[in-house]
Amino acid sequence: MVESKHKWKAWIYLSPAIVLLLIFTVWPIINTVRMSLLEGYNSMAAVGGATYDFGFGNFKQVLEYNYFLRCLGNTMLLCVLTVPISTILALLIAVCLNAIKPLQRLLQTIFFLPYVTNSIAIGLVFAAMFNMVGSAFGGENEIIITAGIINNVIEFFGGHAINWINSGSSYAANVVVMVVYIVWNALPFKILILLGGLQSINRQYYDAARVDGTSRRRVFTRITVPLLSPMLAYVVITGFIGGFKEYSSIVGIFGEDMGPAGAPGRLNTMVGFIYDSLSTQQGRASAAALILFGIIFVVTMINLYVSKKKTHY
Amino acid sequence: MKVVLQNLTKIFPGRNKKVREEVIAVNDFTFEIPDGKLIGLLGPSGCGKSTTLYMISGLQKPTAGKIFFGDDDVTELSAENRGVGLVFQNYALYPHMTVKQNILFPLQNLRGADKLSKEEMLERAENAARLVQIDTLMDRKPSELSGGQQQRVAIARALVKMPKVLLLDEPLSNLDARLRLQTREEIRRIQKETGITTIFVTHDQEEAMSISDMIVVMKEGVIQQIGRPQDVYDDPTNLFVAKFLGTPPINVFEGRVEGGRLFVGADAVLDVPGVADQAVTVGIRPEGFVPDENGPLVCALNSVEVMGRDVSVVSTHPAAQVPAIRSIINTDGGLPTGAEVRYSLKPRKVLLFSKADESRIRFEVK
Ligand SMILES: Nc1ncnc2c1ncn2[C@@H]1O[C@H](COP(=O)(O)OP(=O)(O)OP(=O)(O)O)[C@@H](O)[C@H]1O
Ligand SMILES: [Mg+2]
Repeated sequence: MVESKHKWKAWIYLSPAIVLLLIFTVWPIINTVRMSLLEGYNSMAAVGGATYDFGFGNFKQVLEYNYFLRCLGNTMLLCVLTVPISTILALLIAVCLNAIKPLQRLLQTIFFLPYVTNSIAIGLVFAAMFNMVGSAFGGENEIIITAGIINNVIEFFGGHAINWINSGSSYAANVVVMVVYIVWNALPFKILILLGGLQSINRQYYDAARVDGTSRRRVFTRITVPLLSPMLAYVVITGFIGGFKEYSSIVGIFGEDMGPAGAPGRLNTMVGFIYDSLSTQQGRASAAALILFGIIFVVTMINLYVSKKKTHY
Repeated sequence: MKVVLQNLTKIFPGRNKKVREEVIAVNDFTFEIPDGKLIGLLGPSGCGKSTTLYMISGLQKPTAGKIFFGDDDVTELSAENRGVGLVFQNYALYPHMTVKQNILFPLQNLRGADKLSKEEMLERAENAARLVQIDTLMDRKPSELSGGQQQRVAIARALVKMPKVLLLDEPLSNLDARLRLQTREEIRRIQKETGITTIFVTHDQEEAMSISDMIVVMKEGVIQQIGRPQDVYDDPTNLFVAKFLGTPPINVFEGRVEGGRLFVGADAVLDVPGVADQAVTVGIRPEGFVPDENGPLVCALNSVEVMGRDVSVVSTHPAAQVPAIRSIINTDGGLPTGAEVRYSLKPRKVLLFSKADESRIRFEVK
């Protein structure tokens, strides 16, 4: 405890951080709430002297807006698909990495590379990989050929090329590409955390389990997973939070249209919706941002509640 | 079930590739542990006790040699299939499971013909818990138990599957003096009740002596002596064993034998018939000194310590290898006073060792 006569000193030491937090975190949040509650708020018009009624109109409008619901659906779908897949894959890879001795450092580095690479750049590479069409000659003599490496592989094994992301592609194909990309992108961080967790588990528990005659599968489910559960909980919670803020990955693959040519906005997400609304309809954007905040808050609370019951600390 | 170790050897390769310094942790260990006995495996830190246990349990593979359980060669059998109970030096209780789950765990692993019903498992777990008197703690987590309670849980977990062999690796090292005493009695009681062949590792000689049917003294991976605790204490085969056993430790002097008499310094202190003339190392147990006004061994008196029943006299002698000679004496003749104390010696408590290889030189005691 700081003695009370020194309290003012503590406040002085804290003041730079507090001032910065007030300016860059607290004020924007308050302002967002304010804008969301002013019906049809537009900042340009507001500067020009327009006044707005106070009310929940922005929220009502957003929630009744089909396009917003589509964005919400996309976000949820990607979250529900990618978080479990990436967590399970990361767990398996981490366990395998932990089991091998030679080359462990090298493989660890390779698995970590996506983390330090720009996600838009990776998105462009993925888009090229999943591409279907390319033209050998420009203009009138254009010959359509299969260009993406994924389709080349499919055709090599005798399958039909799939239209993943080009004009006329199906929603399901688009989602598959997004899931592959997001999972791939999410793996390094999760592997890093889980591998660190695995390496901190006392080897003696495994020796004890062997002496107790435990099968490998039971060692995994009854020893490894429970002892890793704090890390797993962390990875899942941050995974959901990140998933609800999904945006740049879509841009990386589909560009700012947020969908294949001919179907713009088909894969748009919550953050994308907010971003689109920001230039002209700040009231609507603020309401959507608060709704996103509420959803993340509720989901995280559920996660924490579940993990408290299941996690061993 | 008896356990036979045949020329058991474990060599750890050196870490440094250039120097190639190998560690011979266990060296040509041959020993038969009789069925249903408690064996104390004893030796200083790093002498290969844990390594021996790990090889018996199957956690480490021997470099050479064989292990038999009864008549079965189990050398190649993996730890999962050996069915031994092992209590680790630091217990290794599963921290995320309750006491009950910890004890049930080995039973739930049983497959095939050995598979038990839920009720049988619970009953056996409860019996094991009752045996070590932790049946009231079943729903706690290991972190909510005292050191002694954790240790008993570890023993219950090792016992619950009725192992053919129970291995205990310094299980008492984390306990306070009182609890140690109490728990080692408990281990002895449990072992007698269950009749499980048990190997108990410790570097505390008193602990080993008090509960073992037999002790094995090791040094740098090599067996020094095997025998009943009292026999090994009374009749050690070499200076290392003599020094290792006994508290307070044996007092060591420079000496020589001339014409069948043992000289310590200038004084002839004892008749040692049958020993050739030579320089020797003399070990005298603390209880081998008898205060005697006309005694041949003259020591400078330092202090007299009364410790409960015992009186311990600390003195010095120019020929002693130890800075202080500790003797435990009978106080019937009053406490020694003055600047010097004279002793006569009990022949059975005087041990002679060769200067060359520290092996024992025996002499006839009349
Ligand atoms: N994995 C290993 N690699 C290399 N050397 C080892 C290894 N394990 C043990 N040793 C060495 O083998 C020798 C015996 O070790 P061990 O653990 O059996 O000793 P101990 O008698 O149990 O000692 P303590 O009483 O301190 O527990 C030691 O010199 C130790 O350094
Ligand atoms: Mg040890």
